Amino acid sequence: MLMTTSLLTVAYIGAAILFILCLGGLSSQETSRRGNRYGMIGMAIAVLATVTSAYVMPAGLPYILVAMAVGAAIGLYAARTVQMTQMPELVALMHSLVGLAAMLVGYANFIDPAASAQLTPAENTIHEIEMYVGVLIGAVTFSGSLIAFGKLSAKISGKPVLLPARHWINLVGLVVIIGFGYRFVTTHDFHDQLVAMIVMSAIALAFGVHMVMAIGGADMPVVVSMLNSYSGWAAAATGFMLSNDLLIVVGALVGSSGAILSYIMCTAMNRNFLSVIAGGFGTDSSKPATTGAVTPAGEVHPITAPETADLLRDAKSVIIVPGYGMAVAQAQHTVYEITTALRARGVNVRFGIHPVAGRMPGHMNVLLAEAKVPYDIVFEMDEINADFSGTDVAMVIGANDIVNPAAQEDPTSPIAGMPVLEVWKARTCVVMKRSMASGYAGIDNPLFYKDNTRMLFGDAKKMLDEVLVALKAG
Amino acid sequence: MALLIGVPKEVYPGEKRVATVPEVVDKLIKQGFRVAVEAGAGEGAQIADDAYRAAGADVVADRSALWHSADIVFKVRAPDDEELALMRDGAMLVSFIWPAQNPQLMQKLAAKKATVLAMDSVPRISRAQKLDALSSMANIAGYRAVIEAAHEFGRFFTGSITAAGKVPPAKVFIIGAGVAGLAAIGAAVSLGAIVRANDTRPEVGDQVKSMGGEFVPVPYEEQGSGVGGYAKVMSEGFQKAQREVFAQQAKDVDIIITTALIPGKPAPKLISADMVRSMRQGSVIVDLAAEQGGNCELTVPGQVVVRDGVTIIGYTDLPSRLARQSSTLYATNLLRLTEDLVKTKSIEGDAIHIDMNDEVLRGTTVVDKGTVTWPPPPPKLSAAPAPAAVKPAAVAPPPKAHGAASGPMPPGKTAIIFGAGLAVFLVIGLFAPPSFLEHFTVFVLACFVGYMVVWNVKPALHTPLMSVTNAVSSIIAIGALVQIAPDLTRLSTDVARPGEWIRWLSVVALGLVAINMFGGFAVTQRMLQMFRK
Repeated sequence: MLMTTSLLTVAYIGAAILFILCLGGLSSQETSRRGNRYGMIGMAIAVLATVTSAYVMPAGLPYILVAMAVGAAIGLYAARTVQMTQMPELVALMHSLVGLAAMLVGYANFIDPAASAQLTPAENTIHEIEMYVGVLIGAVTFSGSLIAFGKLSAKISGKPVLLPARHWINLVGLVVIIGFGYRFVTTHDFHDQLVAMIVMSAIALAFGVHMVMAIGGADMPVVVSMLNSYSGWAAAATGFMLSNDLLIVVGALVGSSGAILSYIMCTAMNRNFLSVIAGGFGTDSSKPATTGAVTPAGEVHPITAPETADLLRDAKSVIIVPGYGMAVAQAQHTVYEITTALRARGVNVRFGIHPVAGRMPGHMNVLLAEAKVPYDIVFEMDEINADFSGTDVAMVIGANDIVNPAAQEDPTSPIAGMPVLEVWKARTCVVMKRSMASGYAGIDNPLFYKDNTRMLFGDAKKMLDEVLVALKAG
Repeated sequence: MALLIGVPKEVYPGEKRVATVPEVVDKLIKQGFRVAVEAGAGEGAQIADDAYRAAGADVVADRSALWHSADIVFKVRAPDDEELALMRDGAMLVSFIWPAQNPQLMQKLAAKKATVLAMDSVPRISRAQKLDALSSMANIAGYRAVIEAAHEFGRFFTGSITAAGKVPPAKVFIIGAGVAGLAAIGAAVSLGAIVRANDTRPEVGDQVKSMGGEFVPVPYEEQGSGVGGYAKVMSEGFQKAQREVFAQQAKDVDIIITTALIPGKPAPKLISADMVRSMRQGSVIVDLAAEQGGNCELTVPGQVVVRDGVTIIGYTDLPSRLARQSSTLYATNLLRLTEDLVKTKSIEGDAIHIDMNDEVLRGTTVVDKGTVTWPPPPPKLSAAPAPAAVKPAAVAPPPKAHGAASGPMPPGKTAIIFGAGLAVFLVIGLFAPPSFLEHFTVFVLACFVGYMVVWNVKPALHTPLMSVTNAVSSIIAIGALVQIAPDLTRLSTDVARPGEWIRWLSVVALGLVAINMFGGFAVTQRMLQMFRK
């Protein structure tokens, strides 16, 4: 044994500090790579210290090595081959792994009588609660993330599936879980406890499925970061169960950071944070997409790709607003080429990113970064919203709800009050869209009917390619 | 037989506009009309007869034949008596009419059993903007006003420093920020002048700014928006305050362009003779309201006069002075009208039957088959939101700058949160054993650290942050590690323990977590490497 208990504790403190530096480093582009490296080092220290400590007998080493090697191979392979547009799916899938692992660790701890043999009755009760809660959160994270993965990769329909009386179903589930939890803590019969544990796991898994099924595709950024938060809490609960401070610290770090990210997302969508965390997004159990009182009237003005190119060529400043449509069409590289072509002509091209554009927080930034768009021309909504009025052309690529003026103009609209990118203030606004279909909020977009809006219908990639050709020809 | 649209040459002296242009003729024919244009109709607008012919129109030399054969007559100016005599009974006429000012004309049109659509009576609702010919003409008038002013003004508009000395920029003051005023602001700004503008409707301040002008408010509380987005007559107190502002501006600026009109009333006299006297020599006033009597006391409608060294331009035909442009826009407005007529089945086959349920057509139609239908019921929607409707939109919470410190919470909410926290801590303190409390301390502090660290993250890095926190949550591996092969001597060894089960559960968990650990960090690194300046 290389590590004494004290050494192990010190190593854990070091790892915890590195993790904090890691998250802190991720707050800006300049320090982000260093931050990630801190995270790797912290993880390496934590794992190595644990493996070489008195908690792990040499007999376990082969198992550990094999498990780690297999996992590492799969993980690295996935990381290398994943498409940037598939990042949301990958992250969701990975959350489910953490959730499943938390469940398994909880069960392993539960069936180990040695784990609680030396505890006082009060401590034992707390330990049992910790186990119960740990498995509960793990199970919800696991099934919820799997569904999120399915929805993000379009294996499951993105539409919200809303059961009748679903809040009651959730409530009954919660009551049953608490009831069995009470039984789990009070009884000392292993068999009874096992039954309680399994029933609880089943309900928790169902709850995870139900919760995410009820959420529409547009709300996925919140869900992904919420599940991220859950996976942190699962780790923290495991930490309590095993009396391991490092797990608690890191779990809490991840949990609270995920919660804050979700909160930021919610503010960006003008949704209630608490109802998101509880699942179901505070939408009434009626249909979530009621049409606003004012149905926009007027007609749309279609435009062709060559005309769009003319518009762009004559513009002094252009703001591009990408949305999920750009990700779906994999159009980010063409967008970059158009950007380069325009910048070469001296056009001031900038990007306006809505916090919830895409299917996970910051999704658009990653895609643009992948296409080599320099990050200093990519701006947040708050930074760029005031600039639309002085802009010649605002180009909306596959976005809808995040540029819907109804949020500001129509107080009865379901998205009223949601901050949106004010593209309609630009002199001309070109909207690229496959059809006139409404966005995920299911409401009509008055933007399409504005006099200074031109609609470019078609697949974003195909249309942008045509624009690029026309742009280079002219 | 398709309906025939007849476009006669305008007869009003000096009128150069024409009611259709070749590009539009083409589209009218596609809509199913036949088009006949009087020979020489496009002369003033520099459009040759051949151009009309090429677009598919018949060019008719005989004007009475044209009037007689036309089912629908497109004109710019209202018809005079001679034209009325030529008009066929029961025909349809589309032109400017000004029904309020021309009651006699209305009677004559009614006697002809005509159907008359007045382009000056198009309701001001957003759906009708595309056929709002007044706006089209006002837009041109505003632009042309600046051009006329520049022509009379003896200096550059833009300030510059040349080898021959410094040229100060011209200062332009624009009264009335309607369509014409805004167009004038835009034109004057692009010529390089310093532009200020005033309007009785305070809500147009933003529009003035958006055109590059500076809004000069009247320091007096009164809402100046009337029905339909037009201005209304203001109170005496307001007018006094307004005169003071104008007197002040008159001393300072080089050019004044006035566009103030109140529907159905003579133009308000805003620039007094005294104000003109106070202006610098060589200054220019362009009075776009000249036709309605003028905003300036010294304006002579239709003429340019010099008073006290100030040139006062009172042209009433500014759109006609840009005939090609105004004809094109007017023709397009008419095209949109026929589109609406066809769409609402007001014109079906050979029959004309205006759909009076359509708000736009109802407002535009002033005589329907000989019945005077003017004035229409007031429009339901105003271009400017009613004061009550402004409120809810304004109440919508302002987007909270992410990362910025949020404002203090209301005290009630703070108290509740603190109370709840206190209660939770009290319960935990009373019942939990000390060993738990140690961990709990760590947990709570770590939550706060996480909050502090993450709160300022840039939204652009949300995805990498999430992927790295996901990787970091692989720390749960430690939970698996310590259960794979625990040192049993440290535990109480006397209990029977399903060692294999525990081990395999843990090994599987470890494997899953390892995927996450390595994959998470690797993919984060890959993403971060893509961010570049």
